[in-house]
Parts: sequence; structure tokens; C-alpha cells
Amino acid sequence: MSVRIGVVLFPGSNCEQDAIEAIDDLGGAAEVLWHGDDTVNGVDAVVVPGGFAHGDALRPGAIARFSPVMAAVGAFAAAGGPIVGICNGFQVLTEAGLLPGALQKNRGLKFLCTTVDVRVDSTNSVLTSGTKPGQVLRIPINHFEGNYTCSPETLAQLQADDRVVLRYVANPNGSMDDIAGICSEGRNVVGLMPHPERAAHHLLGSTDGVPLLQSLLDAASAPVPA
Amino acid sequence: MIFSVHVDVSLRPGIADPQGATIERSLPTLGFDGVDGVRVGKSIRFRIEATDEATARAHVEDLCERFLANPVIEDTSIAITAEAGAPA
Repeated sequence: MSVRIGVVLFPGSNCEQDAIEAIDDLGGAAEVLWHGDDTVNGVDAVVVPGGFAHGDALRPGAIARFSPVMAAVGAFAAAGGPIVGICNGFQVLTEAGLLPGALQKNRGLKFLCTTVDVRVDSTNSVLTSGTKPGQVLRIPINHFEGNYTCSPETLAQLQADDRVVLRYVANPNGSMDDIAGICSEGRNVVGLMPHPERAAHHLLGSTDGVPLLQSLLDAASAPVPA
Repeated sequence: MIFSVHVDVSLRPGIADPQGATIERSLPTLGFDGVDGVRVGKSIRFRIEATDEATARAHVEDLCERFLANPVIEDTSIAITAEAGAPA
């Protein structure tokens, strides 16, 4: 039986179909979770996709984190459920307090739409378990606010706990410590700015996102720890 | 009573400010010399109804903490003034 992956849809999300397509291609069963419903419908994993939830008004993720679905996503995270926030989804997860830190405007104030190399620096997360340490993946980025920022104490904690899962090989946006993706203390919530779902088919020019999404599917098929 | 509120949202000290840095770098080119320490923030104004100023301030502080600012990177300062005239 296919694992069920819920893809959250906010008004202004625009990468949900890409995520659904990529998950289905890998043999998962993706379904939309509407932001106004306060449930994750019993899915095995949740993806918070990219886009501009609620128009990014005030700050990216600032309004989205009050959407009814986010309470259910928070409970799912607390229960150990696998959750991945991609781009705007990463911003939403930080605003919701499910991941530490914040995503600031890019250094240089340019909207970045390009493809970058990211290095796997921890394989101990629901998104990187199927990758190799040091593996370099070529994955698109598409953001204005991807400059990861946190307090020096938080950064030290992330480093000490091996929670920086992905780093940019050449920092495009000013992120602290070249951070492209981090995970939660329980390692079941991951946020990243690059878009693995846009590197999931040879027609897209790269399949480097596949091992990341496959890791999520693997985590989704494992029983959630009590 | 109706109070008018002005919330100033600014990046916390030590947090990089790409907009401020860009403005500051461009100033000499534009002929404005001797300016430094440029920081860009947001100014948010609204009205709030409350029984007294302390209650209004408590509401606004909660609003700032949970929504108007991201405490990870931003500070707020709040100015509250009672609106003249009869309560609405």
C-alpha cells in the first residue's frame, strides 16, 4: 500500500502540484490538505510546499501559521510524524515555531531563481536518511527570503546537535553558516529553501531531489515512534 | 475608550539588514555623505478599543509578540495615545 503524503495548500501556495507529481512518481499517494481544515487526515507524512501563503503579507508565513491546519501539523510533529517544509513551507514552519530561526531577505536583495549545489551534512533526518554524508545535490532555488538567521546560541545548538542537514556549496543568499536546511530536535521536521520536487525527473534537468523525497517516503512508511 | 496605536518594528541589534546596508552603500554615490547606521523597519498604525491604556497596551504587546513581529529577528516599540472625543 502506498504511503499517504499530505501536501498543505494555503491560498497563495504554488508548488503543491509539483510536490504531488514528484511524490506520486515515486510511488507515494499524495493528497491535498486544505489550510482551513484543522486536520492532517491521518496521512503518514506532511509536506508544506513553496509559494506565497496568504501573499506573504506582513512576513512570509506570519499569517499561514494561524491557519487551522497548522494546529494539526503541530500535533503531528509532536507525535513524531515526518514533516518537510520547502521554501515558503520552511518559512511557515519557522513562524509556527516548529523549527528555530527565521528566513530573512537575501543578502543583496535579489530574488534568486537558479540552480545551486547543496551538500548533505547530516543524514540523520527524515529528508536525508537515504543520502550519503558529503553528497552534493544540484537543486533549484527560487526565493527572496531565504537568508537563514538565528541567535548565536541557536546556531551553536544546531551545530552541536548535527541539525544542519544541508549547506550551500556557494552561499547564494547570505544564510548563516551556509545553511540550506535544518531539522528539529526530534529530526522528524525538516525545512529547506531548495526545491527537491523540481529536481525529481530527468525532464526537469536533475533527479538529485529524488533521494531526498525518497527518504521522506521511507520515513512515512515507518511506524511513528510513540 | 479608543486608542490610536503606532507600532515600530525594527530588526534587532546584530541582525543583518540587507535593505539598510544597500541604502547605506548607495548614499555616497547619490551625493549624501556622512550617513551611517541605516536600518530599515516597518511602521504599523491602527486603533484599538479598551477600557484603559494599560489594557490596550497589554493587548498590543500580545499582538506584537504573536503576530506583528518575529521575535527571533525583530523588536517592537509601541506608542499609544487616547483618541480625543467621545468613545465610539
